[in-house]
Amino acid sequence: MAYEISEYYQKHKGESQWQDGEYTCTRTTMWTGPGCHNGCGVVYYTKNGKVEKVEGDPYNPFNLGKLCMRCLNYVEAASSPERLKWPLKRVGERGENKWERISWDEAYDLIVKEVRRIQSKYGPESIVAMEGTGRNVIWQVPYLCYAGFGSPNFTLGFLSGESCSMPRLVTEAVIQGDFSFGDYSAHFPDRYDNPTWKVPGVILIWGQNAIISNPDSSLGHWIVECMKRGSKLIVVDPMLTWLAAKADYWLQVRPGTDAALAMAMNDVIIKEDLYDHDFVEKWTVGFDEFAERVATMPAERAAEITWVPKDIIEGAARLFAKADGAATTWGVSVDMAVAGVSAAHAITGLWSITGNLDKPGGQSIIQYAYDLGMAYDYGLEILSEEVKAKRIGNELPLKQTGYGATAHSDTLLKQIENGGNPYPIKMFWFQSTNPIANMGAEAPRIYKAIKSTEFNVVVDLFMTPTAVACADLVLPCAMSSERWSNRNWWMPLAGIRKVAEYEEAKSDEQLILELGKRLNPEMFPWKDDKEWNDWIIKEQGSKAGITYDQLNDMIYSYDHFEYYRYEKGLLRRDGLPGFNTLSGKVELKIGLFESWGLDPLPWYQEPPESPYSTPELFKKYPLILTTGHRSWEFFHSEHRQLKLNREFHPDPLIKINPETAAKYGIKEGDWVWVENYRGRFKQKVKFEELHPLVVNAEHGWWFPEMEGAEPTLFGVFDSNSNNLTTMCQNGPTGYGAPYKNQLCKIYKVTEENSKILPSEQVTKLGGFNYVYK
Amino acid sequence: MSTNNERYGLLIDYDFCTGCHTCETACKVEHKLTHGQWGIKLSQDGPRKLENGRYEFTYVPIPTSLCDLCEDLVKAGKFPTCVAHCQADVMSYGLVKDLAKKMAAKPKMVLFAPK
Ligand code: SF4
Ligand code: SF4
Ligand code: SF4
Repeated sequence: MAYEISEYYQKHKGESQWQDGEYTCTRTTMWTGPGCHNGCGVVYYTKNGKVEKVEGDPYNPFNLGKLCMRCLNYVEAASSPERLKWPLKRVGERGENKWERISWDEAYDLIVKEVRRIQSKYGPESIVAMEGTGRNVIWQVPYLCYAGFGSPNFTLGFLSGESCSMPRLVTEAVIQGDFSFGDYSAHFPDRYDNPTWKVPGVILIWGQNAIISNPDSSLGHWIVECMKRGSKLIVVDPMLTWLAAKADYWLQVRPGTDAALAMAMNDVIIKEDLYDHDFVEKWTVGFDEFAERVATMPAERAAEITWVPKDIIEGAARLFAKADGAATTWGVSVDMAVAGVSAAHAITGLWSITGNLDKPGGQSIIQYAYDLGMAYDYGLEILSEEVKAKRIGNELPLKQTGYGATAHSDTLLKQIENGGNPYPIKMFWFQSTNPIANMGAEAPRIYKAIKSTEFNVVVDLFMTPTAVACADLVLPCAMSSERWSNRNWWMPLAGIRKVAEYEEAKSDEQLILELGKRLNPEMFPWKDDKEWNDWIIKEQGSKAGITYDQLNDMIYSYDHFEYYRYEKGLLRRDGLPGFNTLSGKVELKIGLFESWGLDPLPWYQEPPESPYSTPELFKKYPLILTTGHRSWEFFHSEHRQLKLNREFHPDPLIKINPETAAKYGIKEGDWVWVENYRGRFKQKVKFEELHPLVVNAEHGWWFPEMEGAEPTLFGVFDSNSNNLTTMCQNGPTGYGAPYKNQLCKIYKVTEENSKILPSEQVTKLGGFNYVYK
Repeated sequence: MSTNNERYGLLIDYDFCTGCHTCETACKVEHKLTHGQWGIKLSQDGPRKLENGRYEFTYVPIPTSLCDLCEDLVKAGKFPTCVAHCQADVMSYGLVKDLAKKMAAKPKMVLFAPK
């Protein structure tokens, strides 16, 4: 079935705005919030400055006219009576959820006063700015942190080991010099019809339910389109997902052992001489050492470690190596282990030694369109070397050498807990992040930390548990349709057009600009958010040769893309053939790691808590807990207040194998407590085809319908899987954390064992009674 | 009663329906259906292991008696919203007789003519 375009849209082809009866229709891009990482093309139907309907834009090659559940229900989100409408100042104690309405000017004055006080008393580095998952706040908040506050401490909402994408991205950066993505024709405006593109022979989906999750670079359903065109699947997942059920090989891996599995697959390919000799000889370094290292993880050994049978490891490796084009899609599961960087290293090895890099239907090296990729380092250069050196976690070699601009969340937490050594943390700026509801591992510990400062600001769409717990000031943020912005991550470059207004909500750009002008006017010279966007498109994205207005009229713009750029000298700044690494080659043995005293080859390490590393603990907590998998209805802690999304998914779900449930006398639909020595949480049981020793709990749950004030705090700790995860157990690079591999036990919720709920336990009774190391 | 020749329907390739709930949502939003009401509803079979070691895991969305084949949208020259937004692009709208021809060409298809 081809992607057809209806008569109606054919009639409006080429128009970015038209009138339809009483509606104004606008084609533009959606890029949260709410929503997800992707930037789907939309058509907004507006009347009197309000969005009344949203449709997918059939002419946008990214989503080809389709919107998923979250954007289809955008109108409910944007017009929700629970949205924050104007700035709110705390009047009661923190946690009491009592506020008074103030004006934006009063809010800015208060912030400037507090920032000045903290800067002069403790130094600007005492201010920490954070955001949640990087979407349409990706460049604005870092800029505020560096240029506005003068602090080097921009970080990602207490994300332990920065284990969402960062381990994969930095590993790719040091090995092959660029990021790469499974090739589903994303970089061509004519998509599947592009004559140079080829359907991948095999798609390896590693630790991701791609059709549900929302990575930056692709829409999961592109994989389905490739399946229709013949792609086979290999799926690595502890749970039988729809994709896994359709796969030629399903590798039901034990959570946290991905590095061992990937090493073994490399070993099979090398031992059976299935690798691409030509590519390896010409374009890689360190192959022999790499081969020697992965040989320490033969399939037999990996089978014991990973619980994936040997013949399945071998079969999958063979299928991958022999495919005519092998594309890989990977998810945060790869990052979320102490050995995350090593797993990423070995998986990068798979596509490298089989010559699948930068080839049609393989692994595309996708750069940002027109080199315009605004990220966490936007504005970092403004800071002096002296201030930059104060960045928390700066001692980590990857940070020092520029691979990652963020401050290190685990180190930040320790610094707060050790009483502020080497310097105290006095202010948090949270913009679109809700770290006690998700993202921060060990939520109760994060809760204490965010309460410890003198002044906190939360910018968000709704009142969140984080805001009630610790904010002194809460600012309302505009949603996607209410802002002038742009999406410059990967391809294409796209405009985001303002078509609506909501009360006093302001876009991230607008409020940061207005505040920035008061804090450090020199660094915020733009008149307004539109002018800032225009400057970005014209200066940073000068290669595109267009203005911001033109971009909005064009809606999106694709940069030129071609394959085999390493052969043509198109990847390196010096114009020589090869990859953008020091050696110019794919570094199977990572030169930079070696020079920093880190292991330059892949390695395997048991999760810190596991049946094998802590057998005594395993007796007490005989199940492996994996968390954080995605659902259609929600994006992290978003969307819980939306009736439609909740109708599909009213309760937090823990997925359990029916056999396991039977063993514990549990039926589908029962509520269970999930517990380890750090704490407990409750969720409702859903049966799934999972390994009998693995349970899979959802993250991000809070209950906007519950009481906001403490001790209830929207029930944020009651069903919070991060009561059981842990901070500060990272890999040697500082990246990677065991979010998805903890031990737990489960038992049925009864009235008897539920007299004190976790939210009360944490907010009122001092937390669970364990002491962290 | 319209004749078979002019009846319209929905053809669904359930080989590739991923169970994403988009058709259900699109329909609910378009027709402002209240909690508990559906113009189309997903049903699921499996996952179940087959003797050959593979799995049966199938979703099929079933139009309900509330489905009006998006009369208003179609009149305006658009596709029914479930068809337009189906993430896996497995839904087609058209004349039953044309859809039946498409159906003949590929297994695992189901044709609904709700009215
Ligand atoms: S939420 Fe769905 S429709 Fe919206 S941008 Fe993300 S993938 Fe696209
Ligand atoms: S055709 Fe329209 S009314 Fe019928 S199920 Fe699809 S969206 Fe609902
Ligand atoms: S929208 Fe399409 S893929 Fe999704 S559930 Fe409906 S028919 Fe299936």
